[in-house]
Order: sequence, then C-alpha cells, then structure tokens
Amino acid sequence: MDAIAARKLHEVPGRAGISLASESPSVREKVMADQTHLVKFEHVQKSYDGVSLVVKDLNLDIAKGEFLTMLGPSGSGKTTTLMMLAGFEPATHGEIWLAGKPINNVPPHKRGIGMVFQNYALFPHMTVAENLAFPLTVRNLGKADIEAKVRRALDMVQLQGFDGRRPGQLSGGQQQRVAVARALVFEPELVLMDEPLGALDKQLREQMQFEIKHLHERLGVTVVYVTHDQTEALTMSDRVAVFDKGIIQQLSTAQELYEKPVTAFVAQFIGENNRFHGVIASSKGGQCEVALQGGEKIKAVNVLGGAVGSKTCLSIRPERVDINPAASAENVLPAVVKELVFLGDHMRVRLSVAGNSEFVVKVHKQPQGGLAQGQKIKIGWHAEDCRALDDN
Amino acid sequence: MNMSSDTIMRAADGTPLKAKLAQSLRREQLRAMALIAPLLIFILASFLLPILMMLKNAVYDPDLQDTLPRTSALLATWDGKALPEEPVFEAFAAELKAAQKERNAALIGKRLNYELPAMKSKVTVTARKLEAVQQGPWKEALTTIDPVWGDIETWATVKHASSTFTPFYLLSALDLRQTAEGAITAAPAERQIYRQIIMRTFLISTLVTVLTLLLGFPVAYFISMLPPHQANLLLVFILLPFWTSLLVRTTAWSILFQDGGVITQFLHVSGITWLLNALGLLHGEPALFKTRLATVIAMTHIQLPFTLLPIYSVMKTISPNYMRAARSLGATPVYAFIKVYLPQTLPGIAAGCLLTFILSLGYYITPALVGGPTDSMIAGFIDTSMNNEGNWGKASALGAILFTATLVLYYVYNRLVGIDKLKLG
Repeated sequence: MDAIAARKLHEVPGRAGISLASESPSVREKVMADQTHLVKFEHVQKSYDGVSLVVKDLNLDIAKGEFLTMLGPSGSGKTTTLMMLAGFEPATHGEIWLAGKPINNVPPHKRGIGMVFQNYALFPHMTVAENLAFPLTVRNLGKADIEAKVRRALDMVQLQGFDGRRPGQLSGGQQQRVAVARALVFEPELVLMDEPLGALDKQLREQMQFEIKHLHERLGVTVVYVTHDQTEALTMSDRVAVFDKGIIQQLSTAQELYEKPVTAFVAQFIGENNRFHGVIASSKGGQCEVALQGGEKIKAVNVLGGAVGSKTCLSIRPERVDINPAASAENVLPAVVKELVFLGDHMRVRLSVAGNSEFVVKVHKQPQGGLAQGQKIKIGWHAEDCRALDDN
Repeated sequence: MNMSSDTIMRAADGTPLKAKLAQSLRREQLRAMALIAPLLIFILASFLLPILMMLKNAVYDPDLQDTLPRTSALLATWDGKALPEEPVFEAFAAELKAAQKERNAALIGKRLNYELPAMKSKVTVTARKLEAVQQGPWKEALTTIDPVWGDIETWATVKHASSTFTPFYLLSALDLRQTAEGAITAAPAERQIYRQIIMRTFLISTLVTVLTLLLGFPVAYFISMLPPHQANLLLVFILLPFWTSLLVRTTAWSILFQDGGVITQFLHVSGITWLLNALGLLHGEPALFKTRLATVIAMTHIQLPFTLLPIYSVMKTISPNYMRAARSLGATPVYAFIKVYLPQTLPGIAAGCLLTFILSLGYYITPALVGGPTDSMIAGFIDTSMNNEGNWGKASALGAILFTATLVLYYVYNRLVGIDKLKLG
C-alpha cells in the first residue's frame, strides 16, 4: 500500500486543492498558482428535514484529471455530496461550480456528468449495445458514429461480442464494466462513481479496482468516487476526502491519511490504531508530553497544537510499536501479554498497557525466546509515531 | 456397513435404497396431498365441474332425441331436398301423440321455437288437434292442421335439432345458423343480436380498462414515489372500496345518478348544466341514470384498484437510480420516463389491464342496475337466457364464448408479455 501511494505521489504532483485540513502547504500553493480545478464546492450545506445538516459547510476543489475518493461511514454525507454534484439533490446553501460555471440551477441532464451507480442501474429492457448507445442517441449522434463509439466502449472494457445481451444475462463483474463503459461512452469530463464495487465479491472487487484505475489513467478523465471501503479508497485515489458527520475530516493523499491522521476519527477509521486518553502536560515545538490517567507520561506530536491542560487522544499504529525497544525510543512502557494470534506473516499481540487492555502490536519478528501469555515485557515507540489528536 | 458383492445399494435395514427412497417420499407426497385435498375437492366440485357441465350444455341437446327417437332415426337418412316421406310423418305423429299424453309436447315446441319463430304454439296446437285424428295418411293430416308441416325448413330444423350433440347454440350465440344442407350461414338480420352484444361487452370492457389505466397510472406513480408511511395511508384509501360489497357500491352509484339525484343537482346548482345548454351540448337536464355513461363510470370506479395495484407493485420495485442514470446520461425527464421508466412498468400495466378487462367482461350487476336497457352485457344475457327463457343451451353457449375469449386473452398476453411476468403484488 505504501509503495502504491508513494508512486502516486510521484506521478501526480500538485494535484490537490484548498482543503480544510491539508497538511502540506506546498501542495496548497501549487493549486493557488494553477487554477485547473474542474469542480468547486463553495460553502455547500445540505439539509433534508430543515432540522439537521447532512452536509455542513463543504468546501472542496477537485482538480482536472484527479481521482478523488469520498470515504466515510454511512450517513456521513458523502453520497449526498455526490448527488448534489450530479444534480439529483439541490444544495440547501452554497454554490457548486463545474468547469468555472455555477451549476446549482442546471438540471442533471445538462451537466454532462457520467455516473456509475450502486447496483449499476443498467436498463434491464435494453441490450448492452442499447444501454451504451443511450447517451449517444439522446445527443442525436449519427447511426454510424454511435455504432463506432459503442464498439470502442465495449473494446475498452473487454466485452466484445456482448452487445446483444441483456444486463440480466451478464455476471456482476460484466454488468459493472458495462456501467463504467456507459458512463464513459459520451466522453464526459467528469465521472461520478457511487460505491460501484459494493455488490461484487472480494476477488472481483480487487480486479475491478485496478481496471477502473487504469481506465482513469488512460483516459485522463476526472473521477469522483464514493466508497465506505478504506482499502478501495487507499489503493485507487490521488486524494481521499474522509467524511464524518457532514464534514470533511481530512483531505489528503492516501499515504498522508494513514501516516498522519489529523483527527481521532480518521486515525480510527483508516487502518488500526491504539489509543490513550490523557491531558497535555507540556508542549514545545510541535511536540508535547501527555499525562495519562495512571500518571504515565508519553511524548507525542502535538497535531492540533493543543494547549497545556487540554484533553487529548493519543493514536499509535500497531506496526510502529516495538517489543524490547531500542534505546532511541522516546516512549517505553511496561506491558503484559494478554493474547497471541498467529496470522502467518505476522503475529498479533494483544497487550495490557497503562490501563488499556486492547493495545495491539503487530510483530513481524518474534523476540528471542518467544512470547507467552501473561509474560511481562517492555514496549516502546518513537514520539513522531504517536499523534496527539482531538479527544471526543 | 457391509458392502458385499451385492451391487444394489441398500438402506440400513436391508431394503433396496431406491424402494426405501420412494417409500419415504411417498409419505411426504401423501401428506402434501392431504393438505391440499380440501381445497382441491372444493375447487373441483364448485368450479371445475360446473364449468365442464356448462361447456357440455352448450353442445348437448337431448330433448328431441328423447321425445322423438323414431322420427330422428328416420330423418337421419333424409337428404333434405324434398318433403320427407309418409313414414316420417307417421312416426312423428305417433311420437307427438305420445308426448302429448306425457305432457312433453311443450318441450318439443320450446326447442323448435329457438330456431323457428312461433313454433312453440304451433306444436302445442298440432299436438292437441292430433289427438282427434286416429288414422293417416299422416302427411295430409299434419299439413292440414298447420301448413308449417309441409315446409322443408321445418323438417330440416327437426332433423338437426334431434341429434344429441348440436352446434346450434354455439352458432346462434355468434349469430350463425345451419341450413338444412348443413352449411353455416349468417342468421337473418332481424335475429342477429349476439354479435352486437359481444362487441358491446368488449367495447365497454375496453373503455373501462383504458379509463382505469389513465386514472390509475399517475396515482400508482405518485404513491410509489412517496415515503412508506404516506404510501401505506393512501393505499388504504384505495383499498377501502374493496371492503364494501359490490352491490352496495353499485346501488350507491344508482342513487347518485338518478334523475334529480346528487349529480344532476350538483351540475344544476354549479351552473354546468346551464353552461352545457348554452353551448348546445345538452338539452335540458342531463339524463345519467340508465345510460352507458353510468355503466362505464360505475365500473371504472369499481375496477380502479384492480388496475392500479399491480402497476403500483411493479413501480415500487423500480429503483429511482434508473431514472437518475438516464438523466445523468443526458435524457430529459420526459424522455427518460418514456424510454426507461415506462417500459419497466409494462408487466404491471399488462397485468392490471388484463385483470380489469377479464373481470369487466363478466360484469352483470352493475350494467343491470345503472346501465341502459339496451346496454346489457353478455353476462346479463346469460342470466336472461337461464332465468327467464329457461334456455340453458344458449346460456351455456354464451358462457362458453366468454370463457373462450378469456382463454384467448390469456394466450395472447402470454405470447406478448409472458405469464410468468404477471405481477399482482
């Protein structure tokens, strides 16, 4: 995963926008200089019932050619945001821009945005070819032109010879490909995908992730992708916007999201993490010392710049913790082994540390003499791997 | 487990596995049969058997065969070109006399009357007068009593009416008749009524079906778009009429439609009557009661849920994503509706319309209570044939035609849409 994310950083430098919580000022400057964003959300709010906001003050720029994923649990506002962009839901407040034009009052069929739906929404009474020809017929293209484009679209998703079939006669993966081809056949600048892989089994899902990713790279089309599957988000996207409670919690590259979460929610939602609750005892130069309830002091990165005395939640990734740590580790704590789970390439060790009995460590190399349940050991980690986040 | 050289698989107790399997399944089958038996017997006795008897009655006609066995045997070899010979007259006279003694002569008259006007009285009179005649020649005696017996057509009628199975009722229900030579021709114009009745029945049913579709489709669409609790409330309103007897609803309509009734008065008070008069569309007060308009309105009201509910149940299953997909692909709302939404509702439309059309074909009470005197539908005529004329043959023939029309409709529907796609909810 790290390698993929790193490659992405190399390949697509500077594809970023003004974000609520971007941690890299260099990216931000680049976008300011280079106004190539295709989509812009400006203070967008959405309410269905007039009582609560589903989307709260959304500001988001999506660059041309970018693969942006909206990731979040159900009810976080990500699908609503997508529906507003597609034009199926009006924004309650704020403005959405597409290619420099405000589109709040543009009906969906005039926006020219391709869309892949959950469960594909292929028209069941039409053949594959008729499905693909639909957007072209609507646009009054010539018959020969339509035929050529449909054939090219079928080639693109490797479904040659399937043109006469009905969607009901196709497998889930094939339907998915047709849906992607249909969203791309009229060459839109922007394609929206609403959990398109949700109905597929795991193996097919992984294969389709790569197919969609490769199509995106080949066609250079802008993709806004909605999912609740973090693996999907991390493997496919240039940038990921993590949604929770109607707010973008963090908008950054996959690697940054994993390595440097800026809120406790993101740390919890993406990957595994161990948490401690405590109070900031001292803070200096971006680092701080946090006092836990049992009196232990832990050095951490003060992500939010919390003041001395404020409550905080510490987050440490399981693979950043060492058993029998080297002398360079800033934080060393005693622990008791509670449970050992063998997982082939690594071992999951559940420990009881400083009152937290759910502390998990991933051990790739067992210490000499092995580990046993009930054994008392020492664990440690670097201050830079431990992040002091908001406490909620 | 002793798997010996024996090639037959055996169960644990040594019986062959196949026999054992059949035995265990038989028990299950018997249990299933026992469960469905009460309903099966009920349907056989109350539904299938009457239908079969009705179909048989439409062609089974033993009256003349029973009362005139010798005459019909002699007539069987008659070529129908000239008047029959004396033996036929002799046999007929003898059998008519016998029938008169057993008070069966009226039966012969009634049967012949179906095909030849005034035969009922002619046969009764002949039978009475014949009592006084003791000796032949019978040809002369009969023709003297009534010249009708000197008519070839009379004997042709007696000939084909005296076979046990006759196409007469079915043919006459289609305004056809068989000549003495056995050829099938159209009935004389003054006796042609059934084709008109059948056409009228189909016309009214079509009208009602189209109206329920036009009224029901938008409502079904509207309800299918509502959140569940509101949709359920509206569905209760649609189902409410189901909980009231058909007779009560029809009677209610007849009260509403009456001259000087609620509707007429409303039209009068609201000025619509005046307006229609001023426009020349109406002269005086509107007459609604006992008109075809009243029949169609009342039937549409009663049939509306039957058309609406299958359409609704299909619409409910159509994901809103189809319309969204069509819109995102560039279709206007109207185009998306026609090309994407409407075709997907077709199974529901077909089911609803078929149901309403078939039920409408059999309407009887409503046209009788609110419809015009010349607007009887086929079911009304079946009733008249049976209860007023005692003509079970004709009633059965009309029923058989209605039954066949329904089967044909099902067949056509199956070919066009597929019966497996029929969705009633």
